Amino acid sequence: MDGGAAFVDAFFKPALIARYAPEIVSGVGQTILIASTIVLTGLVLGVTLALIRSLRLPIATVMIVIFADVLRAVPPLVFVLLVYFGLPNVGVTLSAFAVLWLVLSLVLAAFVEEIVWAGITSVAKGQWDAARSTGLNFATTLRDVILPQALRLSIPPLTSRTIAITKNTALGSVIGVPEILNQATSAVSFSGNATPLMMGAIAYVVLFLPVVIFGRWVETRFAWRRA
Amino acid sequence: MTTDQPILEVRGLQKQYGRHVALAGIDLKIAAGELVFVIGPSGSGKSTLLRCLNRLEEPDHGQILFEGQDMSGKKNDLNLLRQRVGMVFQAFNLYPHLTALGNVTLAVRKVLRKSREAADAIGLAALRQVGLVEKAGSYPNELSGGQQQRVGIARALALEPKVVLFDEPTSALDPELVRSVLEVMRDLKRAGMTMVVVSHEMKFAREAADRVIFMAEGAIVEQGPPEEIFSHAREPRTRAFLSQVGA
Amino acid sequence: MHALVDQFFNVAIMAQAMPIMLRGLGWTLVLCAVAVPCSFLAGVLIAVLGTVRFAPVRWLMVIYVDLLRSIPPLVLLILVAAALPFAGIRLSPFAAVLLALTLNASSFYGEIVRAGIESIGTGQWHAARSTGLSYAQSLVHVILPQALRNVLPDLASNTLEVIKLTALASVVSFQELLYSADMARSVTYNSSPITLAALIYLIFLWPLVRLIGRLEHGVKA
Ligand SMILES: Nc1ncnc2c1ncn2[C@@H]1O[C@H](COP(=O)(O)OP(=O)(O)OP(=O)(O)O)[C@@H](O)[C@H]1O
Ligand SMILES: [Mg+2]
Repeated sequence: MDGGAAFVDAFFKPALIARYAPEIVSGVGQTILIASTIVLTGLVLGVTLALIRSLRLPIATVMIVIFADVLRAVPPLVFVLLVYFGLPNVGVTLSAFAVLWLVLSLVLAAFVEEIVWAGITSVAKGQWDAARSTGLNFATTLRDVILPQALRLSIPPLTSRTIAITKNTALGSVIGVPEILNQATSAVSFSGNATPLMMGAIAYVVLFLPVVIFGRWVETRFAWRRA
Repeated sequence: MTTDQPILEVRGLQKQYGRHVALAGIDLKIAAGELVFVIGPSGSGKSTLLRCLNRLEEPDHGQILFEGQDMSGKKNDLNLLRQRVGMVFQAFNLYPHLTALGNVTLAVRKVLRKSREAADAIGLAALRQVGLVEKAGSYPNELSGGQQQRVGIARALALEPKVVLFDEPTSALDPELVRSVLEVMRDLKRAGMTMVVVSHEMKFAREAADRVIFMAEGAIVEQGPPEEIFSHAREPRTRAFLSQVGA
Repeated sequence: MHALVDQFFNVAIMAQAMPIMLRGLGWTLVLCAVAVPCSFLAGVLIAVLGTVRFAPVRWLMVIYVDLLRSIPPLVLLILVAAALPFAGIRLSPFAAVLLALTLNASSFYGEIVRAGIESIGTGQWHAARSTGLSYAQSLVHVILPQALRNVLPDLASNTLEVIKLTALASVVSFQELLYSADMARSVTYNSSPITLAALIYLIFLWPLVRLIGRLEHGVKA
């Protein structure tokens, strides 16, 4: 067997591609499912926290800042292990899927809160003056004047952060969430061949390359705002 | 002066920032239809006074009476006062994400609770008043400075205020754009609007103001008709300021 | 409540795990000390190559950056650690982690530095070249210093991410901080070592989180 054939046999073996395609496809489904639930939860929770912070209640602010700092400073895998292996011993059993969803949603929420809050504080003070001078109350000012501008400023960092966190769904393989990486690694140990892993890697590229390119487009589309 | 009740009155207005006294007890009565011009050196408290008049700034002491009704104090409806006392800003402060019409109608819809159609009609009328009805669909960054400021005025007018406060409405504008804004203010004066104007447009003050107030260090130093203040000021501080600004 | 404290904040178990975890921390620090400069320099190189006149090189850099940014770092690590051996390339866990981290992080650094270079107006290039500086000299002495300063918050925030990524090394049994903590957890059936690891990460990285916040606000003002 020459080098090329040996390479194909080790990394792209047709028989194994056919054998494990269903597993990888089901992994893709899992990855999409969990990524979308995380994005939804994280964005909603993060924006909500930023809004609560805009009320400037001292206790709430301190709690939100601590939450955001801790979740941004510690690697997400640490929280995944902590929750997945720790909670059952105190009588709370969550599925691996639920643990991954919980941890990554909270991490995303922490980043989203900080980004949106930075957006809110960077809206010029005159905007508050103008809105209040026409009799708009705090909530209406925030919703109709400040937030649209703050979110617009926040779109590029929100996009890149959201993409980064959804890629972290691969951490689920460590605790057995049957997403792409998990399917691929178990297929590798069954088959003793790298083909399933290459399939998994390609699946990720197919899934995330469009997202990354979309993120690049968003960056340039809103770039004038950063100047 | 008539014995009529003033439309807006402040008594003993005081405001401090930390230990810095911005307003050291201001008493002022403004009659309906009057155009009051406020001048004074930088930091003398002109903006602070204006901002207190519609309570964008909370005064530490003193009363604000609108048509004889006390508007100070926590329990009063702030938004009611603000709806009757409009404000126009030096930096325009237009909402960049809304069109000219959107800027003008936001409070009409949210504060006066008008339907979108009714609000649009009111907004277009206000834009017509400032000569910008054809720019209703433009965003602020598509308008010149003078046009932006006129949208700012329309935004205040759309709420049908009884008094409009102007804080240096033309000082962010290139000279050739100032005229269009002053023209709108002149029209308003003719229509009987009550106005309090902080500005350095001394020529405009001479021809349009009913009264000029000179402020320094948070207090009213001197006031009177424009002719008297500009040509026969009694206070040395007033004269020094006027000669400095070349009036 | 007591069960919770016992499971997550058991001081006795933390004390017991401390020596092995400190050794793990040492390896984490070594990994950071090598991976951060390597990936940063690789990123600068990628960004600079992304500005050359010859278009195919620029395209290659875009492909490199986008491809590596679309593969999750853990997948990259598993590829390096588990797939390369099938091609006869066996790396030590340390080398595998370093390679995977550098591949991943350099693409992010590259993208950030490229944005920084693009933020410098052509006037600076013209000024530098007009005084007789070569392309490389202009880049090193005029463009890059300004470019890097303009994107300092993003660089700092990516550095935080690289440091956090070192925890992935535990998955391929490299004995850094999280791996040591997880070892201690599995022999004690108690999660307190993981809590301790979280606290150690927090002690080291919380100042960096604060610094990034300050940089972001400073640049805006
Ligand atoms: N938010 C604030 N915090 C602290 N000090 C303030 C604040 N706003 C105003 N001041 C101070 O109060 C004083 C009066 O300010 P004000 O803006 O009313 O002056 P002004 O007469 O409008 O000046 P200018 O002509 O420069 O606009 C100034 O010394 C100013 O520094
Ligand atoms: Mg002022």
